[in-house]
Amino acid sequence: MSAAARPAWTPDEMMTVTAARMLWNRCVCFVGIGLPSAAANLARLLHAPDIVLIYESGTIGTRPNVLPLSIGDGELADTAAAVVPLPEIFAYWLQGGRVDVGFLGAAQVDRFGNLNSTVIGPYDKPKTRLPGAGGAPEIAMHARQVFVVLKQSPRSFVGEVAFKSSAGFLGGHGARKATGATGAGPQAIITDYGVMKPQAGSEEFELVARYEHVAVADAVAATGWPLQVAADVAVLPPPTQDELAVLRDLHRRTREANSRPVKLPV
Amino acid sequence: MAITTLQAAIAEHVRDGDTVALEGFTHLIPFAAGQEIIRQRRRGLHLVRMTPDLIYDQMIGAGCADRLTFSWGGNPGVGSAHRVRDAIENGWPGTLVINEHSHAGMAAAYVAGAARLPFGLLRGYRGTDLPRVNPTIRQVTCPYTGEQLATVPALNPDVTILHAQKADRAGNVLVSGILGAQKEAGLAARKLLVTVEEIVDALEAPMNGIVLPNWVVTAVACVPGGAWPSYARGYYSRDNAFYIAWDEIARDRATFTAWLDRFVRGTADFAGFIAALRAAGAGP
Repeated sequence: MSAAARPAWTPDEMMTVTAARMLWNRCVCFVGIGLPSAAANLARLLHAPDIVLIYESGTIGTRPNVLPLSIGDGELADTAAAVVPLPEIFAYWLQGGRVDVGFLGAAQVDRFGNLNSTVIGPYDKPKTRLPGAGGAPEIAMHARQVFVVLKQSPRSFVGEVAFKSSAGFLGGHGARKATGATGAGPQAIITDYGVMKPQAGSEEFELVARYEHVAVADAVAATGWPLQVAADVAVLPPPTQDELAVLRDLHRRTREANSRPVKLPV
Repeated sequence: MAITTLQAAIAEHVRDGDTVALEGFTHLIPFAAGQEIIRQRRRGLHLVRMTPDLIYDQMIGAGCADRLTFSWGGNPGVGSAHRVRDAIENGWPGTLVINEHSHAGMAAAYVAGAARLPFGLLRGYRGTDLPRVNPTIRQVTCPYTGEQLATVPALNPDVTILHAQKADRAGNVLVSGILGAQKEAGLAARKLLVTVEEIVDALEAPMNGIVLPNWVVTAVACVPGGAWPSYARGYYSRDNAFYIAWDEIARDRATFTAWLDRFVRGTADFAGFIAALRAAGAGP
């Protein structure tokens, strides 16, 4: 990217806005913490006011005014339509087939959309022990479709994850379907370079769209496998003034809330 | 059921080598109780918790445990649980054997435990590597449809410890807000210890509210603020700034140990812990 062409927004902002645009009004979205949560709430504040956001802590139809730092911040409960026990959220609501979109992050994703959030290196002798799968394995299995949001680098976008915390298309070519997984699996990976989608048949992810200031070659170079590029790579429109203003205001409110001192009443 | 002090409850009911679950999903995490276990220097515990975060970082870094059953271990929204990580990666301060699940699997294990069934059942783990590294995750064939379903062995802790908003003088406990698997973990255990924000004359529980009646509760202790830096809805909010600050405290063994010695091992109880933090300009 040349200095003269530097855009007035960050790649993070472009990624969050792009992910938000993929959600629609009234869709039921099971939200992971971090980038997915920012994107899902941005969608709610923009074009999807009646989106139903579910967090695994048991909050259904929540409308937080600031982004939660944790999956169970009080803000999520206080603004929810319902708060249910955690075993129920997984059994009745997710496994019960009531979720349209599972919105996930991870440490690594591979060419078939399998996610690793467990370990880098051998499981028994880890190089880096990551937090673990949490709710993701069953979100990835049951949601009608899954969107993944992850910043791109050759370390995070790998040919094959060493540990499958959550199943994407496994080895591709119908392998996922053969396991009896209920949902359709990952249908898009939104990165800070553009968007990847699975190819029909092979189920390998290919670049289908890029941001205005990103060269296809840069997206390929930031991928740890020989990334296939669709014949006609779309150029995604930049964030609108409105999208940027709402996102920045959301982050500002969140920073304020997180720096507010808590006083114990004792 | 006895209404007692936290010190007495831990001294009487938590033994070296016990399987102990401290539950509460981001909300109502029993920090004061975990720190009292550190003060009383329990060893060889099998710790169970869906989300080992700061309290298990402290307990594992303090050397209380040699086994951990969990489904997500980190500092929510911040990064690693450095002490849990150091134990798994480097065996510091001792070897930690892990028994790893997904949230849905672990929730099913608690539900089975509460129901005194041998295993929990779910449509889960398919295509993942978790069953490969945790051989207790198995499969059964549905006798009606022939479908292969995942099973997890029931979790039945020796002791489950919860924090709740309030109890009445007879020891009935009322919990509200984000519950996680508190009720299931509580009913799955042989003994249930509960710390509360306050003890009241009348519980005034709403119909269908989550009440743990006193005949399933082993002991109740009143520890105001006992969930800090997590939160107790209606009493205080989550101290997100402390969770962010913990990253630096826990990253380094020496810094962590100095913090633990000064504020936890060096204080008599939770009130002393809060007072010491405040005196250091780092208190809530």
